[in-house]
Amino acid sequence: MYGSGRIIPALIIFVGLMTFPIWHNAGKAQQPPQIVLPTQYDECVRDPQFMRESHMVLLHEWRDDILRKSGPRSGVTPSGMRYERSLQKGCVTCHSNKETFCDECHNYTAVVPDCWACHLEPTKEAI
Amino acid sequence: MKKDRRGFLKLAGCAAAAGIGSSTAFHALLRGEAQAAGLQRAGKDKEKAATRLGMAIDVNKFLENRGLAERCIRICHDIHNVPDFGNPKDEIKWLWNDKFENVFVKDTHYRQSERLLGMPVLTLCNHCDNPPCVRACPTKATFKKADGVVGMDYHRCIGCRFCMAACPYGARSFNYRDPRGKDRNGRTFIRELNQEYPARTKGVVEKCNFCTERLAVGQLPACVEEARPYEAMFFGNLSDPNSEISRVLRDKFTILRRPSLGTYPSVFYII
Repeated sequence: MYGSGRIIPALIIFVGLMTFPIWHNAGKAQQPPQIVLPTQYDECVRDPQFMRESHMVLLHEWRDDILRKSGPRSGVTPSGMRYERSLQKGCVTCHSNKETFCDECHNYTAVVPDCWACHLEPTKEAI
Repeated sequence: MKKDRRGFLKLAGCAAAAGIGSSTAFHALLRGEAQAAGLQRAGKDKEKAATRLGMAIDVNKFLENRGLAERCIRICHDIHNVPDFGNPKDEIKWLWNDKFENVFVKDTHYRQSERLLGMPVLTLCNHCDNPPCVRACPTKATFKKADGVVGMDYHRCIGCRFCMAACPYGARSFNYRDPRGKDRNGRTFIRELNQEYPARTKGVVEKCNFCTERLAVGQLPACVEEARPYEAMFFGNLSDPNSEISRVLRDKFTILRRPSLGTYPSVFYII
């Protein structure tokens, strides 16, 4: 083969570089996000699996219900816990650290919600 | 193509029938279109809503109590995180003072009292019964609620500013800059953030919300709460004949802003 002295080593280097992420991370387990949960309550407004998957749907439902239909501003869980149906006045009162709660999963799954462009992050004094 | 007399007559008959039929169909459709465009009065055929919130502003009480209007504006803008860009072009207004001649357009009323000229009048969103902004909004970001408040969902606003063009009262402001930013001297546009209420982002329109969030918890709008001890502002349900606002509107002479436009404002002025 013409030029095999250069082509074959170059191919080996190319394949090696292209597969770098695979062999570099081989054998290492990817760490799932470690979120810090609030300690003062042992339940959220819905079950953990629903909150994990569909908290954004819930927030949108609250928003549309309250803004457009003058829906109730607070709700009660089956166990009797009262909560504010609000991101800024509800969720954030327990989940008061954005870095260790919101960002942890959002960074892991590479989603960039723009909630905090308008809504105010919980302040350091509140934590 | 060769056409005989019989073929020509058939074709002409079909064309005539289609012409007559389509004009009838066009008129039947246009009626709905005309309603959608607000060419007919919205309130006329509509049954009276059980709740229609409204306000009355006594202009003279604000003249007697110097600084009251400014206090109302300050409180409103503070609790709603309204930015001050320090520049009239970019100004964000929920509640503001304007000159009498700008608030009540002269139209054909060609002679008015001299004392009215330049008189400050407190203005805000009129929460019209027939709101042109709602009709103009292409995303339904602004809407009419069952209680009569013209609300806004900033999440849906795409910043097209059609509502600003549609509003005849200039009650809508656009965030040309990031309201949570700072000016060149390091001054934040929002003086102090109210943690109980969200701010807005660059590229959305905003306006007075009649303090929906306060009404929901049984409070009066912030401006009314401030001005009520001076009997300068009244608030309540226009549909309830026993409400304070209905009593005031029965007893006092009031005017509306640009009533000829057919927007049916909910804010009345006692002059």
